[in-house]
Amino acid sequence: MALDKNGIAKRIAKELQNGYYVNLGIGIPTLVANYVPEGITVEFQSENGVLGMGPFPMEGEEDADLINAGKQTITTLPGASFFDSAMSFAMIRGQHVQLTVLGAMEVSENGDIANWKVPGKMVKGMGGAMDLVASAENIIVAMMHTSRDGESKLLPECTLPLTGIRCVKRIVTELGVLDIHPEGGFVLRELAPGVTIEELKSKTSGKLIIPDNVVQIE
Amino acid sequence: MNKVVRNVDEAIRGIEPGMTVMFGGFGLCGIPENCIAALSKTEINDLICISNNAGVDDFGLGLLLKKKQIRKMISSYVGENKEFERQMLIGELEVELIPQGTLAERCRATGAGIPAFYTPAGFGTEVAEGKETREFNGKMYVMEQRFDVDFAVVKAWKGDTAGNLIYKATARNFNPLMAMAGKITIAEVEELVPAGELDPNEIHTPGIFVQRIFQGEKFEKRIEQRTVQQKSPA
Repeated sequence: MALDKNGIAKRIAKELQNGYYVNLGIGIPTLVANYVPEGITVEFQSENGVLGMGPFPMEGEEDADLINAGKQTITTLPGASFFDSAMSFAMIRGQHVQLTVLGAMEVSENGDIANWKVPGKMVKGMGGAMDLVASAENIIVAMMHTSRDGESKLLPECTLPLTGIRCVKRIVTELGVLDIHPEGGFVLRELAPGVTIEELKSKTSGKLIIPDNVVQIE
Repeated sequence: MNKVVRNVDEAIRGIEPGMTVMFGGFGLCGIPENCIAALSKTEINDLICISNNAGVDDFGLGLLLKKKQIRKMISSYVGENKEFERQMLIGELEVELIPQGTLAERCRATGAGIPAFYTPAGFGTEVAEGKETREFNGKMYVMEQRFDVDFAVVKAWKGDTAGNLIYKATARNFNPLMAMAGKITIAEVEELVPAGELDPNEIHTPGIFVQRIFQGEKFEKRIEQRTVQQKSPA
């Protein structure tokens, strides 16, 4: 069976390493915080100006002055800090954040990403995504493999306005884990339980590279 | 030097049609809600507004949008406001969307005497179109320039009569950067105290950047996305 959104988040959480500072985007990436492996300590950064984000507050303890980049009420953990937006993006562009997880509408086989605009239909803006993808060394995209209309989101080239070029390293979808090959192409690393290579192939329109050692996501 | 103004109407005096005005805040967090509400009661229009977001339909900058007081909006993310999207898609409202870190740094540069800087954000995208690009150590960067701003309107938690400001939690966001950028900076605070009562070690924005300060009459501090954990039964 393909993974659900929590399954995708759970798989991405395995990429966390002790001591990492991590920025999670809105949507599926936010769920990664629920699956930090035992024995590992990471600090979550939110670009609106907080390091050391904790869980959502208990009912009645919400503070309008304490939110994450998704505008959700949050809490902080011991060791947290607050800062202004310029310092926040200094952390991001200055590569002090070790891992960035974000959603996407399209990813191309050379690692381009599009996630901020559908011309004439939807213009929400890029928020911090362009700064994040232009700077982070380790970028994982969390998304569904196909759009609501069933179109592949893993393409030879993005059709939507770009957020960044040649920046995505790894993609985790409900069907599997794929890496971007330095010379172009989606390299299949792991398959979700019950998903066949044929199914994944049929839903991937960009160049797919299938090595011999594809494993199943645990 | 008296920076304290009596009320919000005195605070926004001098903001005129066609001016460029910055508003602090991220979403609805840390926005100068008293000044925005007061502006929405005036007929001042044709404004160019610089703010990370555009409020929601009936609060924050959404109030100015609804009355068509804004000609152009410079923001990084505007997804929470349907009226905004409608005005933009039919071309009633000019919009410049820029990366959030670039917006923050442009605000900082404006107040810091830096005309331009290079950032990797947006290289290879439509954000870089028409801008100078340059390679440093094998990586490509886009040149971004400072703003030209008439007024900056910010919100702080505490302030003193000398204009010093302290922000609370993530309500800090763009406020200290915009405070630096205004030719005239207006600060509305939740609590205004006499100079000397705030610890100089704790000041986020030194008073030199603030020309007008007042204690806001009322702060609704609306929450956009109230998310909570349920208490587990004891």
